[in-house]
Amino acid sequence: MTPGDGGAHAASARPRFEMRGIRKAFGATVAVDGVDLSVAGGEVCALVGQNGAGKSTLMAVLSGALRPDAGSMTLDGAPYRPQSPLDARRVGVAMIYQELSLAPHLSVAENIVLGAEPSRFGVVDWQRARQTATNALAELGHTDIPVDAAVETLSVAEQQLVEVARALAIGSRVLVLDEPTSALTRDDARRLFDLIRRLRKQGHAIVYISHFIEEVKDIADRIVVLRDGRVAGSGAAADLSAQQIVGMMVGRNVDDLFPRSARQPGEPILEVDAFGPGSASLTLHRGEVFGIAGLVGAGRTTLLRALFGLEDVQSGRVRLGVYEGPGTPASRWRQGMGMLSEDRGGEGLALGLGVGDNLTLSRLEGLGPGVMVLPARQDHAVRKWIERLAIRTSGPRQPVVELSGGNQQKVALARLLHHDVDVFVLDEPTRGIDVASKAQIYALINEVVGVHSDSGKRKAVLMVGSYLPELLALCDRIAVMRRGVLGPARPVSEWDEHQLMVSATMADPPASGADA
Amino acid sequence: MTSRAIGLTERRLIALAPAWNAAGPLLGLIFVAVLFGLLVGPQFFRPGNLELMARQTAIVCTAALGMTMIIVAGGIDLSVGSVVALTTVVIAVLLRAEYSPSVAALGGVAAGAICGLINGLLVTRLRVVPFIVTLGTMIVVRGAAKGLAEERRLEAPATWLNDLLRTLGRGEGFLVPAGIWLVVLLAMVVGVTLGYTRFGRHLFAIGSNERTARLCGVAVDRVKVAAYTIVAALAGVAGVLQFSRLSVGDPTVADGLELDVIAAVIIGGGSLSGGRGTVPGTILGATTMAVIAIGCSQKGLPNWLQEVVTGCIIVLAVALDRLRQR
Repeated sequence: MTPGDGGAHAASARPRFEMRGIRKAFGATVAVDGVDLSVAGGEVCALVGQNGAGKSTLMAVLSGALRPDAGSMTLDGAPYRPQSPLDARRVGVAMIYQELSLAPHLSVAENIVLGAEPSRFGVVDWQRARQTATNALAELGHTDIPVDAAVETLSVAEQQLVEVARALAIGSRVLVLDEPTSALTRDDARRLFDLIRRLRKQGHAIVYISHFIEEVKDIADRIVVLRDGRVAGSGAAADLSAQQIVGMMVGRNVDDLFPRSARQPGEPILEVDAFGPGSASLTLHRGEVFGIAGLVGAGRTTLLRALFGLEDVQSGRVRLGVYEGPGTPASRWRQGMGMLSEDRGGEGLALGLGVGDNLTLSRLEGLGPGVMVLPARQDHAVRKWIERLAIRTSGPRQPVVELSGGNQQKVALARLLHHDVDVFVLDEPTRGIDVASKAQIYALINEVVGVHSDSGKRKAVLMVGSYLPELLALCDRIAVMRRGVLGPARPVSEWDEHQLMVSATMADPPASGADA
Repeated sequence: MTSRAIGLTERRLIALAPAWNAAGPLLGLIFVAVLFGLLVGPQFFRPGNLELMARQTAIVCTAALGMTMIIVAGGIDLSVGSVVALTTVVIAVLLRAEYSPSVAALGGVAAGAICGLINGLLVTRLRVVPFIVTLGTMIVVRGAAKGLAEERRLEAPATWLNDLLRTLGRGEGFLVPAGIWLVVLLAMVVGVTLGYTRFGRHLFAIGSNERTARLCGVAVDRVKVAAYTIVAALAGVAGVLQFSRLSVGDPTVADGLELDVIAAVIIGGGSLSGGRGTVPGTILGATTMAVIAIGCSQKGLPNWLQEVVTGCIIVLAVALDRLRQR
């Protein structure tokens, strides 16, 4: 259970699969760095860790979706080198993803045999296909699901069962479940746990990925904690306390990248009351950085997008400066609110266009007479930001696709500066960028809310972040979002990583009734 | 996680892209011009012949100006051929009702613009992809034109409209007919709009990444409706030129014109995935096709060979388009 014991398998049973020294890097980011993991048949091993700890990457390697840079794997003692997820499935390693991967228009039976259709003379034998499907569902104890129904007519929980049935139908020995309960109701989650226990009894090796500590303690035999791509610790679920698990998830490595100048909250500029989605109530002041912590999928992004007019507002009040009520992105920009998207390539930037076009898109006004945009004036305006943010580019016309992630992010952030917004809504502002760019973005956030801000009025920042040290260092107040509900805001001095992690992962476990 | 891994070859292609964008269509045009110059002889470049090419390509060019806008915005309009036909019929109907030629011409353009407005509203309101919407309106508008003309060619009284594309003489001098000047003027207006106005920047943004445009407060739907209206209005102007050539309202004219128009934009460097395209490129593309057509006919090459050559050029241009993509 000491950190670094490599999660080596202690049980007497021979491991069903074994991973040794797995390493996988994406560019400069090492997602998984020398991880050992082995799971025996009839064992449920939980894999936990913060967002970006490397869980999904490690499992993508196991299920053949990613090829490791280094390391080896065995399956029942034999070398195991899957070339693709299909390859992995054929030898019995199946992954059930967060986003279900069923074909919605096809029937349950068609989905279950998909890719392994029984056939005679090249013609699919539907009789046998339906039988296979029926058997697989019966094995799960769910004969209630009709094999001829289109998958899209089923509930999420039922669809998940179909996925599991599909894995069983081709004789899976290893099952990986990635955040299986995040989309389930309590009852469905409990039924899923019953199913997992049954599969364990049948001798399957099961890897269970989850953020929710209580849930993991409930279902797993053994827990392996990942942090920053390495095994931070492991142990029998019965021996580990929730506090110990959180301690291993959080670690103790705060970088001192975070400048912090004197801050003085001014007048309120954004007031949100009983706002849905997110059941959010908060007040953001000028000169303040307000952080929203929580797990991926907790609904943080949806809340920001609704405030900015990119998603429908369901309920509640919102006031931005003197403007009451919800808005559209266009009106929000006019009212002095700008948003940085978490999806830099998909939404934040038009990758094919130049630095200048991206940077000035929200505010082309003033770059020429009337409706005109004069390239010379645009370039001039843009060069100022390139210089100020030290964006590494050959010039305002260079397509942003050619820039590094960090420089792309600076372009996206510079758009808000160019627009001169009062409220910066930042969704994961430092996701996937290098440390140097991170430090610059931290400094920038600190600067815009600072008392000595050069642009006259102090700004306000509302940010979502997943890296806890970052939030704790940058923010003045933090609220935690959990399963679609925003908790109360508290001054940063009253938070630490441990408490943030506890608030994000615990209380109201979905399946606590199952231990009875 | 980090920026996508890009291979070395691809990096080189990206680096080449800007220069290639400008030079590609021009090189293509020079190539076919030299080729047919050699095949046909120096008389191929006589002013009279050049004027013929300009007159020949005026209709495609006009419609292609609008198409450039819509393709830059990531859309497509298949209904321009039908709109041209409808416009000729509307002009003939108005002339027969003894309206003045300018009223008739404006009426024709307005009819086109209304078709475009409908396209735009369907695309933005119903969220149906533009290919399908305009495929539908292509057939509907063609049908409407036939209905309006009662399935025949509508004779119309002769007016100055018929002179828009009439040649000015026997090839002495280099003054071109009024219709050509009209195309030149429109090309400048569209070129400036695309390159130097907020509307133009918004078109590029929508075509490059619609979600980014929305995030940045661009009124995406309004811009799209405007673009579809403009492309059809320009098709209406092409219809006026078409009427000038025919001097009758013909509901079956310009069948398949939309494909020539799209080909001109693509050969000129437009990308069907949006975010790319220029007016000079489009004009070079349209001219390239005209050179091939006229060169083939003057060399006495059979019609079928001309079609084969044009088809090959289009595929080649699209293949180059693919290469230019990252």
